[in-house]
Amino acid sequence: MAESTPPAKIELREVRKSFGPKVVLDGINLTVAPGESLVIIGGSGTGKSVMLKCILGLLRPDSGKISVDGEDVTRLTGRAREKANRHFGMLFQGGALFDSLPVWENVAFGLTHGRGMARREAKGIAIEKLAAVGLNKDVGELRPSELSGGMQKRVGLARAIAADPDIIFFDEPTTGLDPIMADVINDLIVKTVKMVGATAVSITHDMISARKIADRVAMIHKGKIIWDGAAKDIDSSGNPYVDQFVHGRADGPIQMEVRR
Amino acid sequence: MNPIGGVGRATIALITEIGRVSLFLSEALRSLVRPPFFWALIGQQMLRIGYFSLPVVGFTAFFTGGALALQIFIGGDRVGAEALVPRIVVLGITRELGPVIASLMVAGRVAAAIAAEIGTMRVTEQIDALTTLSTNPFNYLVAPRIIAAVLTMPLLVFIADIVGVFGGYVVATLDLGFNNAAYLQNTYDFLRTNDVVSGLVKAAVFGFIIAALGCYQGFNSKGGAQGVGKATTDAVVTASILILAANFVMTSLFFR
Repeated sequence: MAESTPPAKIELREVRKSFGPKVVLDGINLTVAPGESLVIIGGSGTGKSVMLKCILGLLRPDSGKISVDGEDVTRLTGRAREKANRHFGMLFQGGALFDSLPVWENVAFGLTHGRGMARREAKGIAIEKLAAVGLNKDVGELRPSELSGGMQKRVGLARAIAADPDIIFFDEPTTGLDPIMADVINDLIVKTVKMVGATAVSITHDMISARKIADRVAMIHKGKIIWDGAAKDIDSSGNPYVDQFVHGRADGPIQMEVRR
Repeated sequence: MNPIGGVGRATIALITEIGRVSLFLSEALRSLVRPPFFWALIGQQMLRIGYFSLPVVGFTAFFTGGALALQIFIGGDRVGAEALVPRIVVLGITRELGPVIASLMVAGRVAAAIAAEIGTMRVTEQIDALTTLSTNPFNYLVAPRIIAAVLTMPLLVFIADIVGVFGGYVVATLDLGFNNAAYLQNTYDFLRTNDVVSGLVKAAVFGFIIAALGCYQGFNSKGGAQGVGKATTDAVVTASILILAANFVMTSLFFR
């Protein structure tokens, strides 16, 4: 396929993934431009997380193609996968901090283990990144279990940006936080993504968060992208699915499967 | 329910599981020879698996040796073969009971701990996080545990051998009226290097089984706390069964 526009940062073509008889991704097509912040919205169980895991190589799609910087990364394994993942930073929903390591070693992990940087040098960078998310250096010596939920999210964010990735993924960054802390995290996401000049892809069902961090919004429903447009057009999409989701109505074309 | 269908499903499930374990083991074996190696983690695991298992292994071996001496004395009495106590104790401990009992105890301690730790890392996405930080989870989690277990189990069993024989000696001399010096001389004269070495080889294999199955069950745990609990139980049960099965196979290979 010939592209006249500059190469996409991330491109998904007809990506499909099923778990047994359950089809989760049913031909996803999506492009993310360099430097843009894309937010993918959609209800629980619509395939948002699975799509993210396919891009990261944590799951392998059944068919279709995923490319990063024009390079096919769909079926990479081993060393090649580790190399491709150096493009990425990821903030996990629950933080996914290593509870066996102090906070600063968590932040520095990608540098010390992924790239073999000396501990002393990595610690300096870790403290810098902690400062960037508003945590002082004493926090670096604590264990993740000693931190509150909001602080864990911040540490997760510091870890995601530690190796200056060019693409950062956010998995439900505001889930489980109080509204004020959610806003703090949203601000930090906007700020840090600009700071490292990265492309951002977030998945969320929190519309306040989506409005704040998105340049562009895509909605996923039943394993397909059903709407894709600029964040400012979200209220005038003319798409009944998007309208229902944005306004959080129980009635509409999306029927919750209450019983399976 | 259709009984034939049930048999079919069980067969497919079994073959699927064997396939999964094989894929996991091949990936695990590859990680043993592929850099990077995390030396500090290997040391840490050796301490956890080996050193902290010493008390439990020591007590078990001591009482097993004592009971063995007692049984042989009582059984031997029927055919007038009580004098065989030191010989059979040392043979039984070094060849069979030392490695098997120590490994079963370590399986209960260590396979469970490994499965619980790695299982929790799985359900809290820490294993996914490793991958996104360009660190292979097999290199970081599996290889250090397998290397540590394979290296420390023979040491543990060697100690279990000594303590087990000592347990038999204590019972025989204090309770059964054996002469101290004669008992030790009898043990020493009868023992061959191979008896001990075969037990240590077994121990290394059992160490591999314990660490590999703990990691496998942990990696494949799902569904939160309950899933981790199930992984822990499955790790201990499958490791114990495999230890006993592997012991039988090795005994029939070594001593025939």
